[in-house]
Amino acid sequence: MELTRRDALAALASTGIVVGAGAAALSHLDDRRAEPDVDVDTLVAVAEVLYPSEVTGVREFVETFVAGRTADRPDYRAGMADALAVVDERAERWFDGPFATLDREDRDATLRQLGADAIPPDPEGRPPGRVRYYVVNELLYAFYTSPAGGSLVGTENPIGHPGGTTSYQRGPDA
Amino acid sequence: MSQGDVDRTPSPRSDVCIVGAGPAGALVAHRLASEGYDVVVLEAGPRFDPDDRLERMERHIRPSHGPEDVWDMGGPRDAYTNAGEEHYPLNAARVKGVGGTTLHWQGMVFRLHESDFERRSRHGVGRDWPIGYDDLQPYYAEAEAELGVAGADDNPFAPPRAEPFPMPAFRPSYSDSLFAEACEELGIAMHSAPNARNSEAHDGRSACQGYGTCKPVCPSGAKYDATVHVAKAEAEGARVIDRVPVQRIEHDRSGETVEAVVYATPDGTEHRQEARQFVLAAGGIEIPRLLLLSRSTQHPDGLANSSGAVGRYFMDHLFAGMGGELDAPTRQKHVGFITSESHQFYDDVDESVGPYKLEFLNYAGQSPVNVALSTESEAAWGDALAEEIRDTYGNRIAMGGLCGQPPRAENRVTLDPDVTDDHGNPVPEIHWSLGDRERRTIEAANETQAAIMNELGVDVDWVTDAATTGPAFHHMGTTRMGTDPDESVVNPRLRTHDLDNCWIASASTFVTGGALNPTLTIAALALRAADAVDAEL
Repeated sequence: MELTRRDALAALASTGIVVGAGAAALSHLDDRRAEPDVDVDTLVAVAEVLYPSEVTGVREFVETFVAGRTADRPDYRAGMADALAVVDERAERWFDGPFATLDREDRDATLRQLGADAIPPDPEGRPPGRVRYYVVNELLYAFYTSPAGGSLVGTENPIGHPGGTTSYQRGPDA
Repeated sequence: MSQGDVDRTPSPRSDVCIVGAGPAGALVAHRLASEGYDVVVLEAGPRFDPDDRLERMERHIRPSHGPEDVWDMGGPRDAYTNAGEEHYPLNAARVKGVGGTTLHWQGMVFRLHESDFERRSRHGVGRDWPIGYDDLQPYYAEAEAELGVAGADDNPFAPPRAEPFPMPAFRPSYSDSLFAEACEELGIAMHSAPNARNSEAHDGRSACQGYGTCKPVCPSGAKYDATVHVAKAEAEGARVIDRVPVQRIEHDRSGETVEAVVYATPDGTEHRQEARQFVLAAGGIEIPRLLLLSRSTQHPDGLANSSGAVGRYFMDHLFAGMGGELDAPTRQKHVGFITSESHQFYDDVDESVGPYKLEFLNYAGQSPVNVALSTESEAAWGDALAEEIRDTYGNRIAMGGLCGQPPRAENRVTLDPDVTDDHGNPVPEIHWSLGDRERRTIEAANETQAAIMNELGVDVDWVTDAATTGPAFHHMGTTRMGTDPDESVVNPRLRTHDLDNCWIASASTFVTGGALNPTLTIAALALRAADAVDAEL
């Protein structure tokens, strides 16, 4: 399954980032694509571990999503940048290279050794809790509240997504 | 205008002062402001920015936030204690702010049945209301028009109605169709469930967008909440002041007329708001608390409490339910509201069992994002997580139901002298327990639910029964209505027996609570109270 920027815009609609579906919204986000603080390469590399392996187009999805999420929210951007720095620093320490350069297995191991698989998310807590909040849950929220992520597990209108009032009436074979 | 610029000084010449900007207060304010009266509404909580609703929805979905965080509840302002056999989670059960608890309500709107008003004469339980369904019927119709109710006249068990619903009902869900086959086999009738939620664009608000998070937050505004009537009241000239909790009510020398309410602003300054008439609309907990806090030489047990009934007869509805897994997809969690119910057993009341209603849920089990974000899930991420979500999400199915609780004097709201809020006032202490009657009612509901689940072939893996039940967050009965001043707090016109210009618009005036969600009845009573206040002015 290929993710697109349009999927990312749909995901943003679940997060309080108001974007229309038109070209104006896309170009608006283009202006904000390069946020200096957030290490998008690391974020994309994390997403490639978190999302099911059949998903492609992760970079485009994540770049668009994070641009919308961090625009005009300096505190949130700082929290995410800080958490990504933690991920990268641990990758360097444990696997001798930037997180984005590691293979899937070592990325997975980095996140687990950090405790990000089991620790409760906490935006103001210790580094593992912040990684779970700003990176892991951020990316999982984007994916599983979007129709793209929902469809992969059985619903084209997951909670958090404004998917209208016809899908609930449809049976599984419709 | 920024928060710092808000004028929180009293209005100089108010005809009506309303305490509380939830549905009752907002409806009364709108009605009386439309009649040309000078109306001021004092609200303890803040005015929430409608642009923040998606962020509040995210707080609801993401596990790093608790349920009280969605609408900023909790802390010293909202402190309370429990003293009864059952724990009552008060701050999960209410919202303080402009719009009140309708900000997080589900939006289910039913008329009480005729029998609910005559529980004593029909079944020897509680007391009869001093008014009947006939008295409220026109106000129910007005309330449905004001809130904007989507419904269909297909419920053979509902009380009589003279007019169509303002909007067409939401269509049944796919899972309703699964239940329908089982119910047909068992001879159980299903029907639509009226919703205060737009099934089409209505009253300047959009149709439901399907976010699926109705309770506790509707980002689209398609679900009715009382900010609708706050805005309408303000357009008619009413003044609504937020963040001004009322501290006490002050009466004149005779002790028969309220002169003013004293409220505090965020910086701690106290002001007196005078008015000709006062309407208390702060819900079934804060209204009795305020009356008890306002005791005086003439009213040593609290204001309007010569009966001793203030705070007593606290009732809620009890949840009964069960759920499990079907061996086929059930298409849950697309929307967060109910489309079908059965009220077939509602009037099978006798001396030992009360009313109950059945709900066919459209939101059984966990949503994909809930599973994904929870560190309780077995799989952390990747293919294993997607597989776990497919296993846990797709085939869940569940029923709910509400069961009635009769009024009992020992279930009550008092003041806790040992714990104070951020203004130094004793906090509400909730005394709540269950009796045999509601336990038997829950058992009856469970039996019917089990028959349906069995017929449907559901592998039931959870049951909420009499041992595990909890409250539905409907605070009723604590300033009950009656004709006898020795055993009730307000008269049938909703005015307190003891004070000639103090009115109550709230579920606190309910004499019995039936087993149906109370807000439509709250709205109907508020409109009735507004007419009575209008006549007085």
